[in-house]
Amino acid sequence: MRAAGAWVFSGGLHAASTATVLNPRSDEMPMTDGPYVEGKEHIGGLVIIKAESLDEALAWGGKVARATTLPVEVRPFQGELED
Amino acid sequence: MPTVTRSEIERVFREEYGRAVAVLARVFGDIDIAEEAVQEAFVTAVARWPSRGLPPAPAGWIITTARNRAIDRLRREASRDDRHAQAALLHARDDPVQESPVQDDRLRLIFTCCHPALGRAAQVALTLRLLGGLRTPEIARAFLVPEATMAQRLVRAKGKIRDARIPYRVPSEADLPERLASVLAVAYLIFSEGYAASSGERLIREELATEAIRLGRLLAKLMPDEPEVLGLLALMLLLHSRRAARTTTTGELVPLPEQDRSLWDHDLIDQGQALVKRCLARNQPGPYQLQAAINAVHSDALTVAETDWRQILALYDQLLTFAPTTVVALNRAVVVAEIHGPRQALELIDGLSLEGYYLYHAIRADLLRRLGQLHDATTAYRAAIDRTDNAAEIRFLRRRISAIRPRSAANEQTD
Repeated sequence: MRAAGAWVFSGGLHAASTATVLNPRSDEMPMTDGPYVEGKEHIGGLVIIKAESLDEALAWGGKVARATTLPVEVRPFQGELED
Repeated sequence: MPTVTRSEIERVFREEYGRAVAVLARVFGDIDIAEEAVQEAFVTAVARWPSRGLPPAPAGWIITTARNRAIDRLRREASRDDRHAQAALLHARDDPVQESPVQDDRLRLIFTCCHPALGRAAQVALTLRLLGGLRTPEIARAFLVPEATMAQRLVRAKGKIRDARIPYRVPSEADLPERLASVLAVAYLIFSEGYAASSGERLIREELATEAIRLGRLLAKLMPDEPEVLGLLALMLLLHSRRAARTTTTGELVPLPEQDRSLWDHDLIDQGQALVKRCLARNQPGPYQLQAAINAVHSDALTVAETDWRQILALYDQLLTFAPTTVVALNRAVVVAEIHGPRQALELIDGLSLEGYYLYHAIRADLLRRLGQLHDATTAYRAAIDRTDNAAEIRFLRRRISAIRPRSAANEQTD
């Protein structure tokens, strides 16, 4: 794939149980454990970031959620990041 | 030769487990390794202490033993190319086993267990497991879930902490209020589960209340400048002071106005009231402090007739501004009934949407009974019974129905 020039990025995600959903529309529950549960929601895009901890990732995720006014699911990649 | 009994070791386990896990989680950067190591150290203690006596510093002994055992085991695993073990060893080399004098490791552990990225049920289970040292079957029994479900919940939560890298640290000043709210909610939920006992076994539930108070005392020691932390501890102590009076020897519930106040624990009341004074003096009121203050006023009254209802109402009005929930409004209405009579209270609660909440129906039933609307009162008591699983609550409500039934029958004939 690389040789053909088609490959851009790949990585394995951790289990769905490691996900956290940020909801910009909810004051009471801005953050919930677990992946999207509502079947009617579809992934509309993705952002890949580098973060030291979940708190840092959630801070960025929160900014994205507020900017797009859409829920954001934060999920970690497996393994260490190569620079 | 001093003899050390099993129960003494159990006591050390209960008191020191959380601290030992907290220190080792920092040293190894991994909760599972920490837990395993501490458990192993206690197994060694059970084998050694009865014949050799209690070491001068049991907690220190447990931590050192746990660390050494874990390092031995990790070295063996690391030599077999276990990268996880290698990482943990590397971590241990940089982190001293001594706690920093300014920060108790348990504080980090509390904030990690109660991280908002974990669901509430997971936060509660982790806190009881890691800080309280409760065993998984005990937690499962307390929350009436199968043991396998609880074990799974703990594994999943610890997996998320590890894989999603929930940080092991006390949150920054900016995040503290929100994160602290989560910690306090977990502690209070553990307490309420033990106190109100929505269902489940009695013994393990008393243990939950005790555990929550232990956690509350720890939080108050670690964060003495947070008024809501002191408020929560005060609230729990004041509620707990009435535990002997709130049930009869046969397990029947006794509501506050009917309690034998000589059974109240005055030592706990004194502690609770002192804390209420201390936190309110900071003039940063919050929901826990106000609920504690309400209970402090109740505790001041030697008889129910001496209750200062107007002061309680003023506190409820203030509480409503912090926590404008229908449940607070419902409890406020009970106070209104004491001052202005049941009719006004009934008008207040008829507007509340609490159809599914058994206490709403029970309170409504009481107000109707006091107004002499006995038929409606009976219907409301039945509605309350339909909405709770707690056997003691159900018996209490049934007694209320049978107390009004003879008069109710006579009343209906004249209707």
